[in-house]
Amino acid sequence: MSIVTVQLGQCGNQIGHEVFSAICGDARGTHGLCSRKESESYRDASKERFFCEEESEVPVARAVLVDMEPKVISQTLATAARSGYWKYDDRSHFCQKQGSGNNWANGYSVHGPRHKEAIMNLVQKEAEKCDRLGGFFTIMSMAGGTGSGLGAFVTQCLRDAFPTSFILNHVIWPYGTGEVIVQNYNSVLTLSHLYQSSDALLVHENDVIHKICAQLMNIKQISFRDVNRVIAHQLGSVLQPTYTAGGSHYSRNPLGDLTETLVPHPEYKMLGLRNIPQMPENSLAYSTFSWPGLIKHLRQMLIANAKMEEGIDWQVQPPRLGPSIPSGRSTNKPLNFNTSIANLVVLRGKDTHSVDLGSFRDPSLYTSWLNPQDAFNAWKTPRAFNKYEKSASLVSNSQFLLKPLDNVVGKAWNMFASKAYIHQYTKFGIEEEDFLDSFTALEQVISSYTIL
Amino acid sequence: SLPFAVGQCGNQVGCRFWDLALREHAAVNKKGIYDEALSSFFRNVDTRSDGRDIYKGKICSLKARALLIDMEEGVVNEILQGPLRDVFDSKQLITDVSGSGNNWAVGHKLYGSQYQESIVEKLRKTAEHCDCLQCFFIIHSMGGGTGSGLGTFVLKLLEDEFPEVYRFVTSVYPSGEDDVVTSPYNSVLAMKELNEHADCVLPIENESLFDIVNKIHQMINSGKLGSTLKQTSLVTSSVGSAKTVQEKPFDAMNNIVANLLLNLTSSARFEGSLNMDLNEISMNLVPFPRLHYLVSSLTPLYTLADVNVPSRRLDQMFSDAFSRDHQLIQADPKHSLYLACALLVRGNVQVSDLRRNIERLKPSLHFISWNQEGWKTGLCSVPPVGHTHSLLALANNTCVKPTFIQLKDRFLKLYKKKAHLHHYLHVDGMEESCFSEAISSLSDLIAEYNELDATKGGPRTDPSRLKIAV
Repeated sequence: MSIVTVQLGQCGNQIGHEVFSAICGDARGTHGLCSRKESESYRDASKERFFCEEESEVPVARAVLVDMEPKVISQTLATAARSGYWKYDDRSHFCQKQGSGNNWANGYSVHGPRHKEAIMNLVQKEAEKCDRLGGFFTIMSMAGGTGSGLGAFVTQCLRDAFPTSFILNHVIWPYGTGEVIVQNYNSVLTLSHLYQSSDALLVHENDVIHKICAQLMNIKQISFRDVNRVIAHQLGSVLQPTYTAGGSHYSRNPLGDLTETLVPHPEYKMLGLRNIPQMPENSLAYSTFSWPGLIKHLRQMLIANAKMEEGIDWQVQPPRLGPSIPSGRSTNKPLNFNTSIANLVVLRGKDTHSVDLGSFRDPSLYTSWLNPQDAFNAWKTPRAFNKYEKSASLVSNSQFLLKPLDNVVGKAWNMFASKAYIHQYTKFGIEEEDFLDSFTALEQVISSYTIL
Repeated sequence: SLPFAVGQCGNQVGCRFWDLALREHAAVNKKGIYDEALSSFFRNVDTRSDGRDIYKGKICSLKARALLIDMEEGVVNEILQGPLRDVFDSKQLITDVSGSGNNWAVGHKLYGSQYQESIVEKLRKTAEHCDCLQCFFIIHSMGGGTGSGLGTFVLKLLEDEFPEVYRFVTSVYPSGEDDVVTSPYNSVLAMKELNEHADCVLPIENESLFDIVNKIHQMINSGKLGSTLKQTSLVTSSVGSAKTVQEKPFDAMNNIVANLLLNLTSSARFEGSLNMDLNEISMNLVPFPRLHYLVSSLTPLYTLADVNVPSRRLDQMFSDAFSRDHQLIQADPKHSLYLACALLVRGNVQVSDLRRNIERLKPSLHFISWNQEGWKTGLCSVPPVGHTHSLLALANNTCVKPTFIQLKDRFLKLYKKKAHLHHYLHVDGMEESCFSEAISSLSDLIAEYNELDATKGGPRTDPSRLKIAV
């Protein structure tokens, strides 16, 4: 099954390009550490998911590029074509000239309806190119105007036009100290709207990735390109082909599998992503890892809500569950403990078949609604990813994003109380009432995650 | 974008702007292809009939997308006889002979009504040539008659004809020792129009420009920099541009303003990892409609030939942007209250440099309680000519207040004695109520800034959040 990617706004397009690059590079790569048959199987599955083979032989990404100003899209198309290994379909993009001015209302209420037909036509074309459509993957930032506002509108349109398809939104959480002053307003409006049409929101926080670049990748002068490459690596580690439990073929429904395992209840759609190990490419050859070590770290990252494998707080431990304690609503949860609803671990590389994941099935990690067997899933492949001999990723529906969400809503509310910038939104048809609805919706989500 | 230069000051600055814009694009665009970046400010016109070269995308003859307006011919004529004459089309000019006599009323009411039709027609023609009109720039001075009066008339016209297009105004405010006696009248009358019809105003004071020019001269003359100073990098320099005639006294100052406009629009013209368009500037820096006055500062004022810039120097650039000496009005934003701040960086600067400096400078700056992280940032890969990197800072800060208060005081000094009033009231359509309304508009604006200043340093109580029933 194939996934159609929709790249929205500057961020979405810049990241999208890195994602396809990473996926293509990995699929083509020769360090799979597995049999040739396995590698070919992997490559074919990956290609089917993300690329279309045309007569020109260079794979064409299954993507629609959308932006309200032309510079980024031209750059993206050109850079991809220059690589010689893959490219975008020249006709599969839509752009305008004037931009969205970081204004969510402009993206959602003006550009959205105005360009709906043109954009959805492109999506339809890409969808038709797929033998079987496995769903949509949208990439956007919450902070700006196009990715956020137009992105929310497009997601809604996707939902209306493809009511039974899976929609996974990849959302970039901006740096805490401003890239955009009205980013908190834009974020609140985006999240509340996406919650209604999307199946799951997979989040990457710029602050976190920045730290990974600084501390793990040792990059001195970090650029957005560096940040985007780390994000692409992490996404690739989840989206590239794997075997789900008991299968003998590479899974053919990644988005469906992802949402079904991780989102049991529509109130809980916020997914966080962790990946281990992360290091500069030139150190890879000198490092070896053991699975028990990796799994131990990953589990503690989950429990202690650590953003990366350095600086983990090992003091945090799961609560003790016993027959006398009512399950789930225990108020004796240790401080800083991250409760999960569901988790997914993806293992790639050498000896994955022998990895013991029992520690992730520990019921004390989870709320009580699902059986621990259902709350945890593992996908594996012996095929190594992106030159890492062993790598493990965790996609988690847990309290990972509770604090960032609470922060963003708090700051937005603070600004809203003084009515600052509101005239910029009402100018395009988003009224105070709409803001209040969004705030209410998100306070509800915060509350739901808090009482886990 | 469509710049309008109105009046003597406006046209002199405008002329420098076009000259430097050409220089900038020439430095970047080596192949002579008429690209997106150029098209934002220039049309490509084939002066021969076959149109072949245009089709191939080559540059034939660039015409500025601009309107030059002046009520006396001297300045515009000079431009048309100078090295830039081919850049302008006669259809883009509106001139008269006798000038406005430093009288806002003459510029606004008399010439306004007289030339309204002509302006609208030429405006529409010029706009038709644009694929997508994002914003208008008006460049003028506040103290005179044409720039101030007719300039603000054009502003109103733009709002009526093209309500959705942003209106940015670069206004040169008169200094205390201005030689035009009636400049306070002209300025306050113009302020009312700016309050009501502009989206963003970038006030400039000649005193500040003068100080900056002096500072640069001192640095050059003191011999400290010696031969390592790159002449083209001076923010005041015209080196490499079309203008070869000896510079007149205002040229250096006008170059600074021209550079301001170039930097402001750089992210819209050139690529970068975090683009910052003009409509984004307006969106992020104007929290309340009337508080749209932005204090600007440019750094560096010059660079040395040393290409390997250690990050210390990069950090110095950020510090300078917040120092008194680099502001283009007589103000000290560090000691007043920030409502919002934008940083547009050009050149080889990455997001980590930006973040490092914001973290470093934040503690010494006062931001209003609901916008503690009120930073808007942009990264453009192409630096200005002669530099490896540069920074434009735009601040919505209460430090503009003193400028407005002084203006008000000077106005009242004249008005109380009814000095020169008759020159204005003679003009058809002009009444005393125009004056009283104008001063009241300015007073209200000052009051709004006062209210915000009052919150500075006070205890911070966050409003309580919505409670959800569990």
